[in-house]
Amino acid sequence: MTTAVRFSRVSRHYGPVKAVNDVDIDIAEGEFFAMLGPSGSGKTTCLRLIAGFDQPTSGEIEIFGDSAHGVPPYKRHVNTVFQDYALFPHLNVVDNVAYGLMIAGQPKTERRRAAEEALEMVALPGYGGRRPSELSGGQRQRVALARALVNQPKVLLLDEPLGALDLKLREQMQEELKALQRKLGITFVFVTHDQGEALSMADRVAVFNEGRIVQVGKPHDIYYRPDVPFVADFVGSSNVLPPHLTEELTGTWTHATVRPEAVRLSDTGLPATVRSSSFIGTATRVTMDTEHATIVALLPKGAAVPHSGDKVHVTWDPADLHLMEQGG
Amino acid sequence: MSTDRAPLWLKLAAAGGLAFMHLPILLIFVYAFTTEDKSYQWPPPGLTLKWFAVTWNRPDVWEALGLSLRVAAISTAIALVLGTLCAAAVSRARFFGREAVSLLVILPIALPGIITGISLRSAFNIMDIPFSFWTIVLGHATFCVVVVYNNAVARFRRTSGSLIEASMDLGANSFQTFQHVILPNIATALLAGGMLAFALSFDEVIVTTFTAGQQQTLPIWMLEELVRPRQRPVTNVVAMVVVLVTFLPILGAYYLTRGTETVAGQGK
Repeated sequence: MTTAVRFSRVSRHYGPVKAVNDVDIDIAEGEFFAMLGPSGSGKTTCLRLIAGFDQPTSGEIEIFGDSAHGVPPYKRHVNTVFQDYALFPHLNVVDNVAYGLMIAGQPKTERRRAAEEALEMVALPGYGGRRPSELSGGQRQRVALARALVNQPKVLLLDEPLGALDLKLREQMQEELKALQRKLGITFVFVTHDQGEALSMADRVAVFNEGRIVQVGKPHDIYYRPDVPFVADFVGSSNVLPPHLTEELTGTWTHATVRPEAVRLSDTGLPATVRSSSFIGTATRVTMDTEHATIVALLPKGAAVPHSGDKVHVTWDPADLHLMEQGG
Repeated sequence: MSTDRAPLWLKLAAAGGLAFMHLPILLIFVYAFTTEDKSYQWPPPGLTLKWFAVTWNRPDVWEALGLSLRVAAISTAIALVLGTLCAAAVSRARFFGREAVSLLVILPIALPGIITGISLRSAFNIMDIPFSFWTIVLGHATFCVVVVYNNAVARFRRTSGSLIEASMDLGANSFQTFQHVILPNIATALLAGGMLAFALSFDEVIVTTFTAGQQQTLPIWMLEELVRPRQRPVTNVVAMVVVLVTFLPILGAYYLTRGTETVAGQGK
């Protein structure tokens, strides 16, 4: 399989700030790759390094085997969907979409037709004559997508593209983006701080923390087999057991996680005191304090719900306990 | 508590204020038609159009007008280039002394013209630069740059920075990005700034008196005419022209910048 984007020991330092610190990535052609992390974790800087808006302090970036060193953004076969969409306010929708083709020197009728086709692809046919200011947030997002895709990039970069949309629209766009990526077969690199978004859309997820990638893997593995406590905590707030508790339970000195939905209340097991419980629609979320750790359980509908202050015991299937890397 | 309608006294005060500012200008216009040529006599003893013909045939008027137009045009051109570049640097880049630069650029317009004039004159003397057309232009450019800079910097600040990145991302190099994205977004601001700069230069007196040699710009010529009266209404005819030449660009600037608030701002 061809590698679309490769980072070899890439760092980007701003003075003393290590925005990106010694990162290795291999993104395969046609892959939907998510870069997930809290703000300031370096994921957006990595995206800007691929786009060419920023240059690494050290390390090597390759795009389809060619070194990106010193290659300006306008010479890379990479297009970006910006977080604020960055539509040109002085151009109407069709001229926005056709901008890249206009720069490339395509004749007017041809590029207009291509732009109309791209607008159809993102379900905005007939919107060409409008100004960006006349569109809703969701429509602008689609225009930005069409403007990038019409250039047939080898890699499409998306910087928190759904961040400004409301929940319902976001879920709809997630599905559409995924379908579009499958259809076009273009490599998508997607930056988000929303773990649900990353897990539901991506083929693989890289979790960023403090300028480093702490884990890369399939969504299922990221979710069920976090390598380090940070991933367990950031991706779906898993319960992290400290090493001495894990040793008590399994004999191994390491951090371990157990998903909240795997935790059950029973008559035996780890003694705990209920701190709070709240109904969250599909389940009830119960937070409990044990001697060494705070444990969160998601109790399915119909289970008996304890009250705060109740003394309970928590347990789980030993198979649901995931041991992390030693010292992680 | 608020009402839509202003009280009567406020309306009267506003009308009075506007009248006080603008009626005297009409007086100047009326005197352009008077038959009395030694002193300004009210009411005019008679009305005539002959001063327009007299003015038309005075070479000194044409010379002064030509000089003023050339000075204003070149000062404005210089201001457009320097003011835009400076505004782009201050609003786009972060560098040591950025705040100082933005303050120092604006300073000449806050400084009394007489100080600008004296200091420029001294500087030209020290540097042994003879007073000429170009010293007038340099003097005017000091405050013209400010006007363009102020307009451009406000527009740059409202223009989303990612537009430039988007353009580059879509294959445009720096020049193409300037041509297709930056210029269309700042064009009206530049036009407005340029027109204001032109108008400022066209009626400038104080700095000009210090930086001009033997040449007379139109306002200077008028000042001289008032001191040595000779066919007085000619000055009034010229004054009418000055008002129109100054007023039209300002009117244009007003209409161009009106309603452009949403053009450059990239809302979410």
